[in-house]
Amino acid sequence: MQENTESAPSGAAKAELVIRHAVVRFAGDSGDGMQVTGGQFTSTAAYVGNDLATLPDFPAEIRAPAGTLAGVSAFQVNFASEDIYTPGDEPDVLVAMNPAALKLNLADMRSGSTILLNTDAFTRGDLAKAEYQSNPLEDDSLEGYQVVGVAMTSLTRKALQESGVSSKERDRCKNFFALGIAYWMFGRPLEPTADWLRSKFAKRPELAEANILALQAGHNYGFNTELLPVYFRVEAARLPAGVYRNITGNEATVLGLVAAAKNAGRSLVYGGYPITPASDILHELARQRHFDVRTIQCEDEIASVCAAIGASYGGALGCTASSGPGIALKQEAVGLATMVELPLVVINVQRGGPSTGLPTKTEQADLLQALYGRNGECPVPVVAPASAGECFELTYRAVWLATRYMCPVFVLTDGYLANGSEPWRLPDMATLSMAWKTTHAASEQMNGFAPYDRDEVLARPWAVPGTPGLEHRIGGLEKQAISGNVSYDPANHQQMVEIRAAKIDGISQEIPEQEVEGDADAEVLVVGWGSTHGALTAATEHLSESGHRIAHAQIRYLNPLPRNTGDVLRRFKRVFVFELNGGQLVRLLRERFLVDCIPVNKVQGQPFKVVEIEAAIKPHL
Amino acid sequence: MAEPHEHPPLKPKDFASDQAVRWCPGCGDYAVLKTAQQAFAETGRARSEFAVISGIGCSSRFPYYLSTYGFHTIHGRAPSVALGLKVARPELSVWVITGDGDSLSIGGNHTIHALRRNLDINFLLFNNRIYGLTKGQYSPTSELGKVTKSSPMGTVDHPFDPLSLALGAGATFVARSVDVQAKPLKSVLLGAYHHKGTSFVEIYQNCPIFNDDAFAVITDKPVRTERQIELEHGKPLVYGKKQEMALVLDRLRLRAVKRSDVSEAEILVHDTANREQAFLLAQMHWPEFPEPMGVFYQGQRATYEDLLLDQVSQAQKSKKADLTELVYGKNHWTVQ
Repeated sequence: MQENTESAPSGAAKAELVIRHAVVRFAGDSGDGMQVTGGQFTSTAAYVGNDLATLPDFPAEIRAPAGTLAGVSAFQVNFASEDIYTPGDEPDVLVAMNPAALKLNLADMRSGSTILLNTDAFTRGDLAKAEYQSNPLEDDSLEGYQVVGVAMTSLTRKALQESGVSSKERDRCKNFFALGIAYWMFGRPLEPTADWLRSKFAKRPELAEANILALQAGHNYGFNTELLPVYFRVEAARLPAGVYRNITGNEATVLGLVAAAKNAGRSLVYGGYPITPASDILHELARQRHFDVRTIQCEDEIASVCAAIGASYGGALGCTASSGPGIALKQEAVGLATMVELPLVVINVQRGGPSTGLPTKTEQADLLQALYGRNGECPVPVVAPASAGECFELTYRAVWLATRYMCPVFVLTDGYLANGSEPWRLPDMATLSMAWKTTHAASEQMNGFAPYDRDEVLARPWAVPGTPGLEHRIGGLEKQAISGNVSYDPANHQQMVEIRAAKIDGISQEIPEQEVEGDADAEVLVVGWGSTHGALTAATEHLSESGHRIAHAQIRYLNPLPRNTGDVLRRFKRVFVFELNGGQLVRLLRERFLVDCIPVNKVQGQPFKVVEIEAAIKPHL
Repeated sequence: MAEPHEHPPLKPKDFASDQAVRWCPGCGDYAVLKTAQQAFAETGRARSEFAVISGIGCSSRFPYYLSTYGFHTIHGRAPSVALGLKVARPELSVWVITGDGDSLSIGGNHTIHALRRNLDINFLLFNNRIYGLTKGQYSPTSELGKVTKSSPMGTVDHPFDPLSLALGAGATFVARSVDVQAKPLKSVLLGAYHHKGTSFVEIYQNCPIFNDDAFAVITDKPVRTERQIELEHGKPLVYGKKQEMALVLDRLRLRAVKRSDVSEAEILVHDTANREQAFLLAQMHWPEFPEPMGVFYQGQRATYEDLLLDQVSQAQKSKKADLTELVYGKNHWTVQ
């Protein structure tokens, strides 16, 4: 039956509908493998050349009781033959593996959209667990949707009768049956997923074959029963020329660190402590030992950042990553790194807070923590990538800033960037290398050496233990300018506070000017930072397509701000600042530039929808 | 890295920095500093190869007074900074200087994990059983019922026994000495220096301001020989003015007896490789027992940095570090 996956069946071609994009959401119990299913759908979309964006959305509990609302895990993917910027506001297709998945996701579906259900899971018990009073398949609650009910569990069982795997394992293949149907709906090839399964289950080939069989069975089922009157085609996207790969923010962050350390000619020492959604950075880095990556899984967050500082003291590249509560623990040490002026990269994969908050959901509420969450006058550079791919570039840049300016640098990503994926146009590896300044003090001699002497950007020398003649003492106590001896002198303290601030401010000369996308002569400017980029771009493009004049500025350097930020803000009559927090950047901009920016805030653990952005701006256009 | 003897032999004073030492008059830290400078000089290593890392507290000012590399970090975290440094620069001689508050209270977590990892560092715990720098509150080693500013009715906290803690955490070198007993202290410091793995050295240290004479009952010259017992590998555990007392093992418990009451064969012989015996010795305290001084235990176990760097070199042998290959990943495609 393989040929069926290669070409459209005769007759079916008439019903083929070419569409520009589609949004599919897979939802099921957290034991149903929805993240794997969504991930495979995504890989195949990338394989056929679509532009894409994804939104994994899973509960904090590893396995809430099966079938309950608390246990629903979902994965949404938007794939297109044109440029897209978000995982999509409303799914066109919902694949719901049980009643709980239907119940939780139905509100996001518009009328007319397609809902593919596993009817086997709509038993009285499952309906009760999902707190349904009546069966939605039998009442009129799904009226207006195109409901496609398939007995996925029993069909999978039947298809795998001869497979030789246990009945429990057979049942676990039903997500691939559902994926097979989804592949049929969109004319996708099965081979990339089959290949993936073969390599994933290399040690248990019978399991790989069972899953492939389920995938094919689902595909065949759609084909044979002509499950839907039409079958969709989303052509390859016309992306700018280049080499692409699909990448998540956490993966890109890791590549940025490894590439920067290698190009800087230094060992990467990473201190980490597991925390959602930053743990994958530790996992991925631990696999890169051949790049001289030395990962340490420490006893706690404080040890992690202190080990990174110790490594930088020793001339390596010290780095740590965490999420909000972990970053809170690290802050005293970030103050130390500021005082002793050593390089340190601190990545905060932000999540819903405060405290444990919403561990698996996204938020941008740690901006003020990064800027001000330490004792004393303690400025540090803060950068925020705007997309998964940009996590590479800005992490790389953060390493460069940390080593050039001898200071800690914060990289603010978030759960949405960390886990969401997109096609990433690879950087030109040959031109990637920045000119790393490596001359710090190594050649200076005994008599002339002063640990707090400064170069043209106010950076102090990086004198590494083991170097004869440069023995010196550093520490958290205030240092006398130049000599670095401990000093409580009042005037010296003020001078040192001012020098540390001036050093960080000076970075504004280094970073690019703030760009404005869209209509530079518009009256309305939309400002955002970090992961809001996609939704803001989609919304502003959509509004300008419908004839509105609007401009968009995404701020990637939050401290120091680009040197023209004030000019940009003052050029527009109305400035909206969109953030997934209670209004943090907007405070900075108002205070700094006396521009009466209008805050638009969402704090729901979910990214902005494009319609929400449009609805907020439209009345003012 | 300079080899020993490439430079003229260094003297203790070569290890003194140009900074004025500002501990209180009579502080035991002066004596430890002096002995450490002697020990450093005797190792023959260059000054540039020493890195001295401290936390917060009176003793943690130590690095400022040495002409080596030094890093005065934050409260309790010196072992973590040392961890990163040692992983980055395994060839350095790294010394962690800490007090009983620093390493057993705020930094307790890092202390036990440093010991279990067995980094090749030297961990000097200055134990004065009091918080000196914050002016006199009780510490995790203060005796139960101690009256201080923060415990006007006496403490209700049971104290830690640092050496039992260290042994329990998997330390591979455990020793104790006294601030003003320069000769045995120097010998312990050199033992720590030569030990490959984490060396945990408890130093009984006097705070003349907030806890004066804390250990006088066992360290005062007239009583020293009766109340301390010197540990020497292979030697019988005897003590007293005329070596008239001895330790014997009685049904898995130690007992202090008159030497004349037992046969020589019954007297316990010190064995630094015997961890179980070290546990018993670590729990000996005056007045029930004499307090042991010297090396309690020394064992062999791979160090953390060696294991980690072995993995790095193995990985480097088996896989090329090709950045382009890494960035491109397994699945990439070209758009024309």
